[in-house]
Amino acid sequence: MAPHDVRRPFKRPAISDQERRRQHSLLRQAQNRRDAQHHARCLASTVLSLPTLAPEPESSPSENPEPWQENLDVLGASKLKAAEARKWFAKQLMHPEWMIDIPNNLSQDWFVFSRPSGKRCFVVSCNGTTISRLRNGSILHRFPSALPAGARKKDSGPSQTYSILDCIFHEGDQTYYVIDMVCWRDYSLSDCTAEFRFFWLNSKLAETGACDLPSRYHKYRFSLVPVYSCDSNGLYAAYSAPVPYVKDGLLFYNKHAHYQAGITPLALVWKDENCSQYVMDTDSKGQVPNQQQVVLELQDDGKLTTSDDPPVVFGCLDGSFIQQSGLQSGCLLRFSIGEGGIVLMDGKLEKADLHYLGKANRARASADSFSKVMFQYSVRHSPLRIDGLLESVSISVDEENKACDIEMDG
Amino acid sequence: MAMEVTQILLNAQAVDAALRNQAEENLKQFQEQNLPSFLFSLAGELANDDKPAESRKLAGLILKNALDAKEQHRKIELVQRWLSLDVTLKAQIKAFLLKTLSSPSLDARSTASQVIAKVAGIELPHKQWPELIGSLLSNVHQLPAPTRQATLETLGYICEEVSPDVVEQDHVNKILTAVVQGMNSTEENNDVRLAAIRALYNALGFAQVNFSNDMERDYIMRIVCEATLSPEPKIRRAAFECLVAISSTYYEKLAPYIQDIFNITAKAVREDEEPVALQAIEFWSSICDEEIDILEEYGGDFSGDSEVPCFYFIKQALSFLVPMLLETLLKQEEDQDQDEGAWNIAMAGGTCLGLVARTVGDDIVPLVMPFIEENITKPDWRQREAATYAFGSILEGPSPDKLVPLVNMALNFMLTALMKDPNNHVKDTTAWTLGRMFEFLHGSALDTPIITPANCQQIITVLLQSMKDVPNVAEKACGALYFLAQGYEDAGSASSPLTPFFQEIVHALLTVTHRDDAVESRLRTAAYEALNEVVRCSNDETSPMVVQLLPLIMMELHQTLESQKVSSDERQNELQGLLCGCLQVIIQKLGSSEPTKYHFMQYADQIMGLFLRVFASRSATAHEEAMLAIGALAYATGADFAKYMTEFYKYLDMGLQNFEDYQVCAITVGVVGDVCRALEEKVLPYCDGIMTQLLKDLSSNQLHRSVKPPIFSCFGDIALAIGENFEKYLLYAMPMLQSAAELSAHTAGADDDMTEYTNSLRNGILEAYSGIFQGFKGSPKTQLLMPYAPHVLQFLDSLYMEKDMDDVVTKTAIGVLGDLADTLGSSAGPLIQQSVSSKEFLKDCLSSDDHLIKESAEWAKLAISRAISF
Repeated sequence: MAPHDVRRPFKRPAISDQERRRQHSLLRQAQNRRDAQHHARCLASTVLSLPTLAPEPESSPSENPEPWQENLDVLGASKLKAAEARKWFAKQLMHPEWMIDIPNNLSQDWFVFSRPSGKRCFVVSCNGTTISRLRNGSILHRFPSALPAGARKKDSGPSQTYSILDCIFHEGDQTYYVIDMVCWRDYSLSDCTAEFRFFWLNSKLAETGACDLPSRYHKYRFSLVPVYSCDSNGLYAAYSAPVPYVKDGLLFYNKHAHYQAGITPLALVWKDENCSQYVMDTDSKGQVPNQQQVVLELQDDGKLTTSDDPPVVFGCLDGSFIQQSGLQSGCLLRFSIGEGGIVLMDGKLEKADLHYLGKANRARASADSFSKVMFQYSVRHSPLRIDGLLESVSISVDEENKACDIEMDG
Repeated sequence: MAMEVTQILLNAQAVDAALRNQAEENLKQFQEQNLPSFLFSLAGELANDDKPAESRKLAGLILKNALDAKEQHRKIELVQRWLSLDVTLKAQIKAFLLKTLSSPSLDARSTASQVIAKVAGIELPHKQWPELIGSLLSNVHQLPAPTRQATLETLGYICEEVSPDVVEQDHVNKILTAVVQGMNSTEENNDVRLAAIRALYNALGFAQVNFSNDMERDYIMRIVCEATLSPEPKIRRAAFECLVAISSTYYEKLAPYIQDIFNITAKAVREDEEPVALQAIEFWSSICDEEIDILEEYGGDFSGDSEVPCFYFIKQALSFLVPMLLETLLKQEEDQDQDEGAWNIAMAGGTCLGLVARTVGDDIVPLVMPFIEENITKPDWRQREAATYAFGSILEGPSPDKLVPLVNMALNFMLTALMKDPNNHVKDTTAWTLGRMFEFLHGSALDTPIITPANCQQIITVLLQSMKDVPNVAEKACGALYFLAQGYEDAGSASSPLTPFFQEIVHALLTVTHRDDAVESRLRTAAYEALNEVVRCSNDETSPMVVQLLPLIMMELHQTLESQKVSSDERQNELQGLLCGCLQVIIQKLGSSEPTKYHFMQYADQIMGLFLRVFASRSATAHEEAMLAIGALAYATGADFAKYMTEFYKYLDMGLQNFEDYQVCAITVGVVGDVCRALEEKVLPYCDGIMTQLLKDLSSNQLHRSVKPPIFSCFGDIALAIGENFEKYLLYAMPMLQSAAELSAHTAGADDDMTEYTNSLRNGILEAYSGIFQGFKGSPKTQLLMPYAPHVLQFLDSLYMEKDMDDVVTKTAIGVLGDLADTLGSSAGPLIQQSVSSKEFLKDCLSSDDHLIKESAEWAKLAISRAISF
């Protein structure tokens, strides 16, 4: 119990430089650990999702895809050389089938929204720039944006994070309409349901300021499209409510479906003259040809196939014709559908009256899908009309009510 | 049973070395062969008034050392050993000890007091020796004075030794009654009174209940205040010590007494002997500490729900307190600045003035300014120094609005004084005051800069000139430069006003480090610290000069290593530590941008070679600094660091085994993390060794507990680096994590320190889980982790329910939930859905205000939604 000495530090800074060095190191280590942890989380989620998606069949079989290409993440992909990047991104968009019949439970399990007319593209923001890529993988714009890490700005957060949006660029108002979110701040959403993705898209996009008017660090405006639950009100609103963009049909998304690269029956497109300028396909001059035209891919064995997975065979070219015309497997060829039309048996293609027209436009990335051919065919013969769609969603509501009544009476 | 030990004990203190060694050997053998008899004999010796004082005293000391040790693990062994002894034997020993308190020999009584406290320290927490307090206090006031004194001392030691919760309130009441009676001015024996006051000092922590009772508290306070008026200085000083302790323990109870206390402290500060006056000043410094803490914690926003309200004692006493403190400033000692150990009333008063400024802010300025103006130009150096010190003291606390105009006025005067004042003491304080100006009123956060292009050159010229002054002044000039540079640290790559002088500054600082008298007054340390700060705030323009500095510092380090072969002394080791620290700062600076990193990498091999040679020295500080620098190097070099591993590994291993200098061990653990991130899977060949050592560290009770949380985090670093190869360590690491998790799940009843430690432990455990889960992600072996998942989820449940996680733990915990879901996928889905609180926990975190928690929670939500929807 000796006397208690009190000595306070005199004319000395509160923290010695050595202590500061120690603290600096600890902070740096903690930060590096967080980064490593964060990196592992992101890397893991992207490697698992995007690259394992089924590649579209149109990838030219003549070229052996590099094995490493299968295991790329988006960050890796962003480092690819131009040509490779194009190929990779071309495979990542989700494409709707055309609606050739009405799915069950349309009113409960589906969303509907009017599709903006314009250029479908992936928008990737990363490392201080934003790049939009068309469906064939080529670059549309490279620009600064308010998306996360989308511009070289101090306050846009960590520059390594990347985000990927599925957009349609609408020329009229120079706006990117966001129709889906694939990845946000390094978190892949491709394994999440559409319901969750739309929720996330709605809650996150506006926060960044990406929906603001263009400015120095934000060259193009981004905008959300109004998405409705596909009951009769929603369907009617999507069909007829005014929107700031030119419509090109309606898109239907299954609420429970994940984002899946390639063509999927869980997203559907439908259109009529009222909601689209381009109901019937036009030729290169912008005219609607007298006969429906289709683009099919020539296979090794001469078969003509759609872009579906598995491909649907529409016909076959014989070897001598192929040789004479100088065609190679993988070529995209244009045909018209003659008087014989398309004959289905139990929903399966029986035969098609194909007439060879020539090679397809070089800009085409892939053959038509089966559902597209069939939709175009039905537009020319017995179109699926909006009344029919509206009827289908209101019926299902009635059925529900009925079932309910019975139970209560019983 | 008792052995004759007197002669051996006397021989053990003999001048003759041979005799002494023989005796020590005998004692050791005796202890090893028959411990009970050994202890019994010692206690008997101590209690026997017929024995010589020397042998009794040594007997007591050996007895005491048989009950307690400094090292934690040894202490635990001794406690266990005592508890396992025969009850009858222990009762006999204790009886001897109590009997000794009545011995006529002061030494014997005092030694017995301490031994009794040690026994009580072991036994009271185990509910043994319940009669101790009662038997000490029976008839206490009828005992002769020496025994009363010994009894009170014993009570004091007991209170110092045991924690308040093992003493029943009834006993606390009895102890306090006896102590306060002993303190009373009616007690005529000063030794008894002093013992009583010192006992009260230790017993204050026990008196929570009594301090809540107005009558009892009034009584205790009255007795303590009376004791400050005792004719005996030792009693007055001890009484003020009690007041200091009361000010921090019972701040919220002081209001009724503060006026009286002010009067008695003011009298003591002005009139009493220095040791007493120092304690009286300390009372106010301690009140400042309390109020600064309270005001910081609540930011001045008292909505009525704060635990301890601020009574603004300092603010109320301000107009009396400040003049009293200013007076003390004039009582400087002649050479106090050259004496590292000096502590006098001027220093204490100045320090207290600085604390008062921090407590009240702007209000102090008008009270101090007249004193400064009055004295700063006086011929007596004491007045000039006191005025300068007063100015320096109030620079932290008041607002820049208030201070910047004053500083602008004073700056030129100070620069001139630093050059021209004939008195070293004044110059020392002037340089220190300039440093305080730069520390608190210069930097990018302030609107009006006190340093402008117009005066910058003059300031630097004066500081560099002043670095040639006597060591204590030069040291303060280096310190001022440190803060001058620091103000530009976050200026980024923008051109700094220091840029044109960069080379000159570096040159001047290096010159200081080479001064023959650089070891005095910590001058060399201050010069290297300033150099570090100058390097930290270098920019694109000046980084080529930092690149040039690198080989110079390397050469210095090389020279110390060469000369070490001839002589190794502490100064040399200290210098090596400073040079390694400087290299660490340079590595971090140059490694942070690609172009400079390229230049620096040319030297990497040589630098590493030098660091490895530093490990040949025996200095913990040098090891620590070299280790820190190597961590920075590993971070900068990345995967290339692999080439150093064969050589470096043995020092890494050594560092991990350094229980004694646990700072070295802790830093080495951090460097293992750096190495893992740099090498990634290439660290695998070293992991067996590292993991073995880390597991040993965790099981050791010799290692300081603060190292354990980083070790767990380090498991995570390793797992993240080597992925599924961590498989072979799962069997060892997971049970360790599990048992630590169970221990850390609850903090009930722990004090703040313990809660903080527990949270850091939890964070380490959770970081380990995170790293392990993420490491296994995507591997075919993820199922190996399934058996551990339920426990991890339980741990998260219990953390959530305990509701005492800090933000860092919350963030890591919710991240672990995500990692578990991410890695185990659908197989973990049902477990997560069944877990008690995952859903609630996630919900809470998603709505957290903390950005990092929210981010982790969003990630966890995604991972879980995926795991569940598979």
